[in-house]
Order: sequence, then C-alpha cells, then structure tokens
Amino acid sequence: MDYALQQLVNGLTLGMIYGLIALGYTMVYGIIGMINFAHGDIFMVGAFTSLIGFLLLGMGGVTFVPLALILVLVLAMAFTSLYGFTVERLAYRPLRGSFRLAPLISAIGMSIFLQNFVQVTQDARVKPLEPVIRGGVVLATGGTIEVTLSYMQVAIILTTLVVLAVFTLIIARTPLGRAMRACEQDRRMAALLGIDTDRTISLTFVIGAALAAVAGMMYLLYYGVIDFFIGFVAGIKAFTAAVLGGIGSLPGAVLGALLIGLIETFWSAYFSVQYKDVAAFSILAIALIFLPSGILGRNEIEKV
Amino acid sequence: MVSRVAERGMAAIVRDAGIAALVALGVGAPLLGLKTEPAGGGLTLVPRPGLLLAAVAAVFVGRILVGLLMARRALVSPAPRAVLVPPGVGARLGRIAGPAMLAFALVLPFLPGAGRYEVDLATLVLTYVMLGWGLNIVVGLAGLLDLGYVAFYAVGAYGYALLARHLDIGFWTALPLTGLFAAGWGIILGFPVLRLRGDYLAIVTLAFGEIIRIVLLNWVSLTGGPNGMSGIPRPTFFGLPFSMAGGEGTFAGFFGIQPSPLHRIIFLYYVILALALLTNFVTVRLRRHPVGRAWEALREDEVASRALGLSVVAVKLTAFATGALFGGFAGAFFATRQGFISPESFTFIESALVLAIVVLGGMGSQIGVATAAVVMIGGFELFRDLEQFRMLVFGIAMVAIMVWRPRGLVASREPSVALGERRRVDAEHVAEGRG
Repeated sequence: MDYALQQLVNGLTLGMIYGLIALGYTMVYGIIGMINFAHGDIFMVGAFTSLIGFLLLGMGGVTFVPLALILVLVLAMAFTSLYGFTVERLAYRPLRGSFRLAPLISAIGMSIFLQNFVQVTQDARVKPLEPVIRGGVVLATGGTIEVTLSYMQVAIILTTLVVLAVFTLIIARTPLGRAMRACEQDRRMAALLGIDTDRTISLTFVIGAALAAVAGMMYLLYYGVIDFFIGFVAGIKAFTAAVLGGIGSLPGAVLGALLIGLIETFWSAYFSVQYKDVAAFSILAIALIFLPSGILGRNEIEKV
Repeated sequence: MVSRVAERGMAAIVRDAGIAALVALGVGAPLLGLKTEPAGGGLTLVPRPGLLLAAVAAVFVGRILVGLLMARRALVSPAPRAVLVPPGVGARLGRIAGPAMLAFALVLPFLPGAGRYEVDLATLVLTYVMLGWGLNIVVGLAGLLDLGYVAFYAVGAYGYALLARHLDIGFWTALPLTGLFAAGWGIILGFPVLRLRGDYLAIVTLAFGEIIRIVLLNWVSLTGGPNGMSGIPRPTFFGLPFSMAGGEGTFAGFFGIQPSPLHRIIFLYYVILALALLTNFVTVRLRRHPVGRAWEALREDEVASRALGLSVVAVKLTAFATGALFGGFAGAFFATRQGFISPESFTFIESALVLAIVVLGGMGSQIGVATAAVVMIGGFELFRDLEQFRMLVFGIAMVAIMVWRPRGLVASREPSVALGERRRVDAEHVAEGRG
C-alpha cells in the first residue's frame, strides 16, 4: 500500500511535466489543426536553456534557491518561446494553405534539425545537474518503506499548478485568449472580424513553447540529467496524453497527462521498466481506436 | 509582405534583416554562445562569442539576400499557375529518363571505375529506392501517412535472421516467407488503426514502429537484444555459395573463374536491383488494377469512395500490406547483405529518411522517388566525414523542400486512367488523401 502511495506521488509529478508539454500540442492542434512534431524538441531546448541558466547563476554566485528558480524559469521561458516563434515562422507559416501532410513533414524535419542542432552545439554527452532542491517530508512510515514527498516534487507540482492557473486566466480573460479561441472555432471568420490570425497563431506557438520550457526545467530538476534526445519520447507521450484527453481540449490535456504519468509509473513499478514506453504507446493506439475523440474531446462531424 | 518590401526598397529589407538577426541572436545566445563542458564532476560553461556572432552575421546577410530576391520577384509579376501542364519537355524527359536509368543500373557493375566501393554504394542506394517505392504505395498511392515503415523493414530482417538460425532456411526460401510475414504484420497493425484520420494514423504508425524496436531491444532471448544477431547466412547463386576458397560446388569453381570477393558484391547488387524492379513492376501494374485505382480514389476523396461502395478498410489494408510486403523483402535483403542486424538499424530516423525520399521525389512518381533516393543517399555518402552535420542538414533540407516545393521534384503526374486525351495534372490540383 505504501509502495503504491509512493508510486502515486511519483506518477502525479511525472504527469504534471507531461501535462505542460501536452498543452502545447493541444493548443496548436486546436488552432491550426496540425501536429507540431517539433514540440518535444522545443521541450528539450527548454531543458537545455534551463541547465545553462542554472550554470550561469551558479557562476554568478546566486545561491538563494527560490530566486535562482524564478530567474531560470523566466530565462528559459523567454529563450524557448523565441524558438517556438522562429520555428513557426520558418517551417509552418509558409506552408499555411498547403496540402495537409506538408506541415507535418516540415515539422518532422524541424524536429530532426533541433535535435541535431543541440547535439552539434552542446555535444552528445549526458548533462548532469546537481540537485537544486533537497530533502522532503515523510508522509507515512508504516510497512517496509517510507513514503516521501520530496520538496522537489512539491516544487514541481506547485509551479505547474501556478503556471496552469496563469495560463487558464490568459485563455479565459484576456483579449489574446479570446482571439485564440475565436481562431480555433473558425479562423476565416475570425480574420474577417479583424483578428490578426497570423499574430494569434504566432503567440499560440510562443505560449506553447513557454509552457514546454517550464516542463523542460521541471524535467531537469526532477531527473537531474538531460541529453539531446529526451524530446522525442517525451513528445510522443505528451501527444498521447493530449489525444487521450481529447485533442483541442485544454483540461483534457492535463487530465490525459496525469493518467499517462500514473500508468507509466505504475507499469514500471509493477511490471517492467523496459516496456514502460510500450505501455504508453499502446495506450495511444487503444485510445485512438476506442475513444477517438478522447475523454473530454468533442466529436468531430465530417462535413462533405 | 512581398510587395511591402518591394515598395519601401532597401531600407525595409535592411530593417527586416536586422530584426531577423536580433531573433537569431536570441535563439543562438544560450546554445551557440555558451557550451556546457564537463568539469570536475559537474558542468561548466565555455563562452563562444565568435561562433554566435558568425551565426548572427550569416542570418543578417542571408535575410538581406532573400529580401532582395523577393523584391525582384515581386517586380516581375508571377505567371499564372497552369492547371494542366502541356506534355512538353518535362514529359519527354521523363519518358527517356526511366529507361536510361534502368540501362545504367543494369551495366553499372561492369563500367570502368566501378570497384567494390561503388557497387556497394549502388546497392545501398537501390535498397532505399526499393524502400521508397514500397512506402510510395502506402503514402503516394493510397495517401496514408506511415511514419513507422521501418517496422516492416525490421520484421523482414529479423524474420530472415530467425528463420535462418532456427529452421536453417536459405535466403531464397526465406525471402517470400519474410515478405508474407511482414505483410501479415502490416495487416495486424493496420487493421485497428486504419479508421484513423491522416495525422493520427501517422502518430500511431510511429508508435508501432517504436514498439517493435523496443521489443527487439528487450527480448534478449529471441533477438539478442542490443547486441543484435550475427552470422546471418549469405545468399547463394542458385545453390552455389560464394567462397574465396573456390573449388568444387562454389560459384567460382562451377564457372571455372578466379574466386573474387567482388562476385558476391555484384551478385547482391543484382539481387536488390531485381527486387526493386519487382516492386516497381508490381506498383505500375497495380495502378491499372481495380485495387490500385481504389487506392488512388481513396487518396483523392475518401467520402466519395465510400459513397461509391468501396470498402475503405479493405482498400487501405491492401495498400498497407503491399507496402509492408516490399518493406519485408528489403529487410531480408538488408539482413543477408550485412550478415549482422541490431535494433540500431531500425530507428525512427530510418522511417523519416524513407519518407523524405518519397516526399522529395513527389509522392506517387516512381522516377521521382528513384531520383530522390540517389540524391539523398548519394548526398549522405558525400558528407560521410561530417557525421554530425549531415543529420542537421537533412532536417533543414526536409523543411526547405516542403517550403520550396511541397509536391516534390516531380510535381505533376499522369492519371492512371483518363477519359479521352491523357493530360498531365499539376500536383497542386491533386487533393491529398484524408488518411
């Protein structure tokens, strides 16, 4: 029981990280109907910028942990969102209105490019980072093992919740959020009503990338090691989460991500670690076959 | 945007380039400007201002050049896009190019200057031509985006390796079996997922490709795991093995010639040439067959095909299985040529490479796919020494091709069936499949 409780805590933490990535997929899909295949690699870039941020602060002598965390968070979000902007501008915008597979193939190319860009500029070695936040609280000691909730996990869950709250406010209350929702419903009509759709789409990518940067930073903090390849698998899993929750639905993405995080953690704990990715990918297939519109998704009506 | 640049002239172009350079500075600052280096258990940062400045300068100059080019193009009013391309130079060239390439391929091993390396490279290129043609059935003809094609390649390769190891079956007996095996997998994987729309299908096939790779990697007792399988038997020439020892019962001994390692390489070259031509022949014939016409109908309009009574799942499955069949053949050939296989050879990048060949070639065009395979694999070989950079360039190239020519090199195609006069259709007007 304690073991299961510990897995629950770990699974929720992992799910939060996936959720932040999944939001980027689901937003982009909602607004322009494409799978941003390079999003996983944007997440990886976010992790690397965070790493460089921590190293910079360490060299600069910033030792107060909360300040360092906030500074790195802001830096990583700023630089990574620039990546999101550039990728959209170079690889997707010229293809708007092209045939349907073109942006997807372009996105695959961008993903390969980003991976190799980081590999070439930062080499292929695994990059470690010393734990920034140590310690934790013991939740239960009964039985054979202690159930601990590390401060790291608390920080990850809290940060994610705060970011999600801010993000939800942006979508629900600001003019930008309104424009985004309008574009999602009907891009041409939104354009007719005076919304700069190109700008709105750009900003969607920027926000998605900023969320991915938060996820990258959390990943770096949680696992302590990153390399240039982390974006591929994390990206597919986050996409799975977005599909499971109903692509296009924002709460769905977070819900799906929590489920994927839990399933992956419990699978690793009770069955086999080697096949944890197989579990996640199988869920993707099963979800698409039996629940094509996801848990919170809308049914799409095909018009002829 | 274009006209705005043209109107305001140089000042606007420079301003535009300045903004681009600023963005490049921001994008490059963390990853180009700073390098993480291991230092005493942790990491340290090494600044690289020179590299960063060079990159920013390159973006600035590049953007100015692009701006000038666009301004010039805006002055010359663009020609209206022709819907129907007259059968002109392009078509005639296409008619000559096919037989010319075939003739070249047939005599290649005996051309002066064709040594071991050249024939080996040509074999590699032909493997990708074959994979490209196989995937072309799925992507180009049926319009189903398959990102996990490498799974069938892997099934073919491991299928042959396992058959040879456990049942002692030779290459020629195993070849049809592996093909059928891969096609069977195509049906198993395809059946549940073919109801999905285009881009969902892409992701699910990608996931399947990864699942097969992970299983190959972890099922150590069967596949050897990351160590792979070695000692895969080489093919024989109608029962005559290629042996350096020569003598009775070997290829060299039977024909009474000096044994040479080149014999097997040339033989393998012709095997893959024959397999590739088989793929091409089947594709060309199937396009005229009701099944092939159903594939293309489905690609053009799924709803209309359904309304006309086509069984969408059956049609998609045949395309998926046929593509998988040839992927399996290519896999068995790969295993016998290498003599060693491991999951390393069957990563997602391989799927992306084959897909890039199909897309660059112009989906559906046989000659285009062959040309693209030659360009792509040849290009990879040219930049062999720049191992790291070639994947970087590959990624950029994929984006650039999509932006510049989303329909590939051969962007027009001849309809398989036409009423009256046969006219080539610009691919801009060929709707893509909905998956």
